[in-house]
Amino acid sequence: MTGWLGPEEWQAVRLSLKVALWATALSLPLGVFTAYALARWEFRGKALLNALVHLPLVLPPVVTGYVLLLGFGRRGPLGAWLEETFGLVLAFRWTGAVLAAGIMAFPLMVRAIRLAIEAVDPKLEQAAATLGASRGRVFLTVTLPLILPGLIAGAVLAFAKAMGEFGATITFVSAIPGQTQTIPSAIYAFLQVPGGEASALRLVAVSAAVALGAVVLSEGLSRRAARRVAGA
Amino acid sequence: MSLSVTLRHALPGLTLDVAFDAEPGITALFGHSGSGKTTVVNAVAGLMRPDAGRITLHGETLFDSARNVNLPVHRRRLGYVFQDARLFPHLSVRRNLGYGQRYAPRDAPGPSLEEVCALLGLEALLERRPGALSGGEKQRVAIGRALLPRPRMLLLDEPLAALDPARKAEILPYLERLRDGTGIPMLYVSHSVSEVARLATTVVLLDRGRAIRTGPAEDVLSDPDLARRIGLREAGAVLSATVAAHHPDGLSELAISAGRLFLPALDLPPGGRTRVRILAHDVMLSRTAPSGLSALNILPGHVTELRPGTGPGVVVQVQSGSDKLLARITRRSAEALGLAPGVAVHAIIKSVSVARADVGAG
Repeated sequence: MTGWLGPEEWQAVRLSLKVALWATALSLPLGVFTAYALARWEFRGKALLNALVHLPLVLPPVVTGYVLLLGFGRRGPLGAWLEETFGLVLAFRWTGAVLAAGIMAFPLMVRAIRLAIEAVDPKLEQAAATLGASRGRVFLTVTLPLILPGLIAGAVLAFAKAMGEFGATITFVSAIPGQTQTIPSAIYAFLQVPGGEASALRLVAVSAAVALGAVVLSEGLSRRAARRVAGA
Repeated sequence: MSLSVTLRHALPGLTLDVAFDAEPGITALFGHSGSGKTTVVNAVAGLMRPDAGRITLHGETLFDSARNVNLPVHRRRLGYVFQDARLFPHLSVRRNLGYGQRYAPRDAPGPSLEEVCALLGLEALLERRPGALSGGEKQRVAIGRALLPRPRMLLLDEPLAALDPARKAEILPYLERLRDGTGIPMLYVSHSVSEVARLATTVVLLDRGRAIRTGPAEDVLSDPDLARRIGLREAGAVLSATVAAHHPDGLSELAISAGRLFLPALDLPPGGRTRVRILAHDVMLSRTAPSGLSALNILPGHVTELRPGTGPGVVVQVQSGSDKLLARITRRSAEALGLAPGVAVHAIIKSVSVARADVGAG
């Protein structure tokens, strides 16, 4: 494969996969929690939380990227704190690309999981509680298995979105080859130089293959999980 | 006294104000739909929080608004059988049954998986998925699942209401075996007189959010005051009986306190105890011992109460031996016969009226 892809292209593919996987894995627990809160709890500020979660979907990605730069840049309040406390630098690093991709993909993930949670009959959770299961155990043994198809769908959607994220990423962490140049920014860069079309096309093919593979995989996993859940 | 409930709760269109004690055996919460039965059971289970009140079980406080005690559902250790079985669709029958088992305290008394399977006839279903079960099978699994965490009490909310008559007839014997075999106290919600007559030891009659009467099933169901609340078509007495003999002509002879009853053959050995239900509109009254009638079942007694209604009918309570019968006749007949408390009568019961579906072992 490295023979077919140039080193710079290969680097972009590897980085994109790494960023998208981390973004999905790290945002999944928070996504499930947020979806559960929005689906099941009544609390003050629920409408605000809902709006905040959906904001990246409606804001121009460049705006989201710029806000991230203000907040998480090395001189931003959160960025400075992270660097002092954990030695973690986000701006212009691949870790920042993870944050940007995760935030941009978050609304899609939460929507899919929330729909799945809303489809679970709360009566089943009540029944589990009467059998002696605490709230946490009810979630792990009843809710989670039942939302698994939606959870997989949400995660794959988020992964695909993270692979393709461009605007917020390039604004927040730029496009440094080997550091923050993911597939979309690499394609954009190749198109700016004469003779870069072939490289761009190869990356387009890789993107399409990864996206298609993800959709097929999620369909298969979701269908299998749905069959289990249907209880037939 | 196992369970003691006092609660007040405002619902849209109904204010619940209920107080009752449930004795061992099956306590039926009985009333029309909308009388607040399910709300009471949910409050006992902890699935809803009443505005005010106190619920104790075996002396332990489950809920007390005055002391701000509200034990969470999963720590109340009450089994709950819902009207819709609520089996977990992603688990096999075996794993549904086992779901609550790990939460059962080691030292609590209760049946094992094998015993529950034998009691409810579940052996053949264990590897099936809930989606592949009939309504009656689902409900049997739900009962078993509620029993296995070794609950201190079983709550059943109209467990038969969603089933057709054949499935109901399939489940009822299991519930009787549960009552007679395990000794676990049960709170049973129902709006069906025949279920209550067959199963209940104690009846709590709910009417528009109030418990208007609590007492032994025989007393509450044969109370002429309550006949109208229960519904005249379904009002009737419940009598304890013992199987005396089976006759070759297909009739079974039952001994009751005032004499003998003949019924189409019962599936019980001689000496077996049973309950029969005699509907008020199936009882005629006669001042003299009737002769030349086709009716087989005639019981002597005397009138204890007359309750005229708003229409042309009157409900008459007749003391017969230690049992009380109800008869629904017209006011005109009552006047013509000169019926009054103390008057000796014969109650003529059409033998077909003692329907098989209303006859329960117990």
